[in-house]
Amino acid sequence: MGSLAFDIAHLLAGTMLVLSFVLLYQDRVTAVLNVFALQAIVLALSVAWQSVAQASPHLVVTAAVALVVKGFIVPAALHRIVRKLDIHREIEQVIGGGVTMLAGLALVALSILLVQPVGEVNIITREDLAFALAVVLLGLLMMITRRNAVTQIVGFMSLENGLVLAATGAKGMPLVVEFSVAFSVLIAFIVFGVFVFRIRERFDTVDVSALDSFRGERSDRI
Amino acid sequence: MAMIVELGLQGLQMLLVVLIAPLVLGITRKVKARLLRRIGPPVLQPYRDIWKLMHKEAVLAHNASWIYRVAPYFIFAATWVAAALVPTYATALLFSWSADLIALVALLGTARFALALAGMDVGTAFGGIGSSREVMIASLAEPAMILIVFTVALVAGTTQLSAIATTFITASVGLRVSLGLALFALICVGIAENARIPIDNPATHLELTMVHEAMVLEYSGRHLAVIEAAAALKLVLYFSLVACLFVPFGMATGEKTVGALALGMGSYLAKIFVLAVLLPIGETSVAKMRVFRYPIFLGGAFAAAALAVFLLFVSRGF
Repeated sequence: MGSLAFDIAHLLAGTMLVLSFVLLYQDRVTAVLNVFALQAIVLALSVAWQSVAQASPHLVVTAAVALVVKGFIVPAALHRIVRKLDIHREIEQVIGGGVTMLAGLALVALSILLVQPVGEVNIITREDLAFALAVVLLGLLMMITRRNAVTQIVGFMSLENGLVLAATGAKGMPLVVEFSVAFSVLIAFIVFGVFVFRIRERFDTVDVSALDSFRGERSDRI
Repeated sequence: MAMIVELGLQGLQMLLVVLIAPLVLGITRKVKARLLRRIGPPVLQPYRDIWKLMHKEAVLAHNASWIYRVAPYFIFAATWVAAALVPTYATALLFSWSADLIALVALLGTARFALALAGMDVGTAFGGIGSSREVMIASLAEPAMILIVFTVALVAGTTQLSAIATTFITASVGLRVSLGLALFALICVGIAENARIPIDNPATHLELTMVHEAMVLEYSGRHLAVIEAAAALKLVLYFSLVACLFVPFGMATGEKTVGALALGMGSYLAKIFVLAVLLPIGETSVAKMRVFRYPIFLGGAFAAAALAVFLLFVSRGF
């Protein structure tokens, strides 16, 4: 693997990580969705590049699945949900923007330190794993810090982007596994979508902090 | 003889940054005015302004101390030294051993300290609030700047600007996400330090959210002229820094022949011109920020710079 191949893989994976930070930083719902779509497209490019670099054509299928499902279908569906719920103008109170960013940086440092021992084998694998682990952790962080159900979904989806990145970096993941992951994510997405509508129906908001004080009173609408 | 030539080349660089500084400011103002569909003042107007101010009487407040009178010259001197240290058209000039990035940050910090003191000296409300904001911005921007320095130094293996530029021209550095992030952070820091638009409006003289203008509100005559020249110089410094660190191509690195020097000079002036056009385009496309959003803006720059440092450790190991 030449230096250029390595550089491009580094560039794409690094861009994904940066986009994860942008996701953490954004407080507008529609902007979050757009950044998420961009991240999925970069993921597709990265996977496609891996298929060229590793000469394994089946990764092209993974790239296509990532591009179509996560680059277009999921963001479009989320945009539709957001518009239907009429929250597309809402600015979300992100819990302590600066604190979140610092926590994110700490997570990136943690993932780099964790992956360090792997590095003796192959520098590309190490980089890829470090980036992927960081993207996964940042997705988790986003799910924790957000209170809006829609942006929590985006956090989950970006976590899954990190998983795909890790899987394609490691050589020879069977296609079946990738498909099953992609479908389970799609099903999770559908379940999430239903849940968002139910939360909204019940509480007139998608702010999940409304669930904290909920003790199971029956409202007459259901 | 060789010594005289070397000294002359170094002196040329020192004079160059001072001489083009008002012109660069004039270009940014002209481009901005054209973007706003105004004609705008001629590009040479900043020279005339400084000339005019030099010949006006300097009015001092009754309670102004010596700090107030000394500060403008001090600021100008510190900024000039910093600006003259950044390699412009050639690397490895006579004094380039002293052109250290950390020294540069320290010089700018010293100048800022003097300016903040001068703002508070007379005791007006505006001066005080300007100084307070300036120091707040500095306390947010400087850590980011130091991390940018770390990033570049880790890639090049040195903090000496001239050596960094040579490394980036000659060695193959490759596509590095870290350098892109460092560039982004440097642009954010530069915008904040030069009081450009999302942070401060350079065209205002009376606005509640002004920072730089609030500090120099009491100055007049030659003092004001020197402060304005220093501000223009600082802008050129940041442009030169971006050009030297991220697009060093064209600089005369090896033998200092006339051809190489001319190429270096031409490319330097072209780079500065491009940056002077890009800055107002960026400025007109965003709105000014609220003061309480500065930490978020500069925190983004800090996060990008910190990420840049981290990412370098992934690829190189410890």
